[in-house]
Amino acid sequence: MSKHTLSVLVENTPGILARIAALFSRRGFNIDSLAVGVTEHPDISRITIVVNVEELPLEQVTKQLNKLVNVLKIVELEDGQAIQRELVLVKVRADNETRSQIVEIVQLFRAKTVDVSPEAVTIEATGSSDKLEAMLRMLEPYGIKELVQSGTIAIGRGARSITDRSLRSLDRSA
Amino acid sequence: MTEQAPGSHHPQPRPRSGGPQSAPVEHVTGAQSLIRSLEEVGADTVFGIPGGTILPAYDPMMDSSTVRHVLVRHEQGAGHAATGYAQATGRVGVCMATSGPGATNLVTPIGDAHMDSVPIVAITGQVASKAIGTDAFQEADICGITMPITKHNFLVTKAEDIPRTIAEAFHIASTGRPGPVLVDIPKDVLQARTTFSWPPQIDLPGYRPVTKPHAKQIREAARLITQAERPVLYVGGGVIKAQATAELKVLAELTGAPVTTTLMALGAFPDSHHLHLGMPGMHGTVAAVTALQKADLIVALGARFDDRVTGKLDSFAPFAKIVHADIDPAEIGKNRAADVPIVGDAREVLADLVVAVQAEHDAGRAGDYTGWWEDLNRWRETYPLGYDQPTDGSLSPQQVIQRIGQLAPEDTIFAAGVGQHQMWAAHFIDYETPATWLNSGGAGTMGYAVPAAMGAKAGVEGRTVWAIDGDGCFQMTNQELATCALNNIPIKVAIINNGALGMVRQWQTLFYNQRYSNTVLHSGPDTPVQRNLGTRVPDFVKLSEAMGCVGLRCEDPADLDAVIEKANAINDRPVVVDFIVHEDAMVWPMVAAGTSNDEILAARDTRPDFGDGEDD
Repeated sequence: MSKHTLSVLVENTPGILARIAALFSRRGFNIDSLAVGVTEHPDISRITIVVNVEELPLEQVTKQLNKLVNVLKIVELEDGQAIQRELVLVKVRADNETRSQIVEIVQLFRAKTVDVSPEAVTIEATGSSDKLEAMLRMLEPYGIKELVQSGTIAIGRGARSITDRSLRSLDRSA
Repeated sequence: MTEQAPGSHHPQPRPRSGGPQSAPVEHVTGAQSLIRSLEEVGADTVFGIPGGTILPAYDPMMDSSTVRHVLVRHEQGAGHAATGYAQATGRVGVCMATSGPGATNLVTPIGDAHMDSVPIVAITGQVASKAIGTDAFQEADICGITMPITKHNFLVTKAEDIPRTIAEAFHIASTGRPGPVLVDIPKDVLQARTTFSWPPQIDLPGYRPVTKPHAKQIREAARLITQAERPVLYVGGGVIKAQATAELKVLAELTGAPVTTTLMALGAFPDSHHLHLGMPGMHGTVAAVTALQKADLIVALGARFDDRVTGKLDSFAPFAKIVHADIDPAEIGKNRAADVPIVGDAREVLADLVVAVQAEHDAGRAGDYTGWWEDLNRWRETYPLGYDQPTDGSLSPQQVIQRIGQLAPEDTIFAAGVGQHQMWAAHFIDYETPATWLNSGGAGTMGYAVPAAMGAKAGVEGRTVWAIDGDGCFQMTNQELATCALNNIPIKVAIINNGALGMVRQWQTLFYNQRYSNTVLHSGPDTPVQRNLGTRVPDFVKLSEAMGCVGLRCEDPADLDAVIEKANAINDRPVVVDFIVHEDAMVWPMVAAGTSNDEILAARDTRPDFGDGEDD
């Protein structure tokens, strides 16, 4: 098994997320992470899905996704050729003794302290999942009170855009 | 609307602009817009039942001169009728139901059509937009429910979207790999004022089926065909749907390769043709099953390596290279890896293959399958399909079905239920032309036969339609005989009445020590009957007569031909013949579920001893 990041461009229609999630579950695939948002074109949403599968089932799930009428395009973003980011918000136990140590860790990981109270600090951090895992490992001894994580989003390196052609096909004045 | 024309292909959606800008605009209700759209798209028959939320659509339906509505007795009947209509005519079948239970009753036939890639459009009423999500009376999230069993579905939110949605639904259902499409329309959308103009602009940027095969792959396939020593053409239902049977015949005769047609493809290649090995799979012929197992090349055309064909997948066709042509890219490599994948419409694939193989021949490279045919002919001659006559003077179910096939007029369409009678109808009736055999292959839906026969007959009025049904299947959907009687749809139904759920009983005989748990239909636990004389409660003859049909019964082999002839002669009403047959007849050959095709159990007279000694 290995992790694969799929960028799926879809028509921004009601129920599309349900269609995609249902397809994964009924074909027996687990989604590691999922993030949805609109693109530069308001009619198109981009869903970033991280799945943990072998090569062959990945091909099958990609083909099945392509059959969904509202799916416009699927691109697998390879690790080396893409930038991947996650966002975490984490609430860490802190008192007068530990607060400065925690802030030091925050600075080391180029994260931000977004809220402070006498008993806790809340930290915002973005990065690859490796970096965020490392930061969380460092924070763990202080006591993590609450953790929320976004799905991975990813974009390919270089000048080329995966939305180019899909946008053209949506251009109603063509 | 060309979407309806058989054999027409639309690789690309209609251009979004450039349509007639000056199309006349009509001021209508959403409901009128729906009926106008059905008229424009060429739907001539709709099977359905009205109810609260779809009611607005039934008012303008009454005034339509081109759309005939057939009022069925259960929505499941409407769905299977649409499927039978589509399979017999090659056009999109249409069914209609109200919200809630009306819509959920369509779920089985929609799932059935999905498994067999049949183009149908289901139109359902939905509760008013404002009531959606409130658990309103007769509300069901039918789009959510049918999401995994439709090719696509739509919830229409604005009346102005109705013409485009109907056009898109028919386009999606009939192009690419065909399948069911559901259109759910809230009542207020049907009642709203709107305008209607035709044709609408289809807007499906994510739907682009590939129909033209890749030339390089075709050349590679042709090369493999001429190099092979033991090739088999493995033909599936896609060849019938693509109307590619003429091209198939040319390719088969050009190469001299043997052909096997799956349950969904019976009729794609003439059963009488000397290159035809019969059906593959769990109840396939020994020749076809063994040919696939021993082949060095399998050319799969519009087939999907279904588990009923492959048996245990790991040991299926271990020596074969695979050329896999299908219009659905997801089928290629799904179950069996393909050495040469070809995505395309079966008709274009076959046409291109013929040219490419001819080019190989012209270059002096033709396949020599002489040795292969010696093996194939030996298997065919040693293990032909056959059956034994019961020794107690009762009717043999296989003989009944065989005689119905032999005495039927040319071009008769046969629709089967699911079970033993279905397999015997596949074995013992000769199918010479496509779309003469309708059945529920992928889903295995008992109760398919009567409503599917009704739909087929409504679509091809001049031809005879025989439903071959079992007494179990028949009791699931026979209410549609009343529909047939009242709507001048004179189908013929043969009930192969063995008093049992025969196929399940066969498995109990073979794998459950003859413990016949809940497969007896002819009597109940407290009403034991000494001898099985078929299901008599209900009395199928009286039941059929009660529903406005002619009811006949046949129990004696001596009467068989006369009764069939009598049924064939009645064409003004539906006819039902109750054939009381021997209960212990079994379907052979058989590959037990989950085992390898190499373990094919027996053909005639070579059934392994199961130690029961009571089977004929």
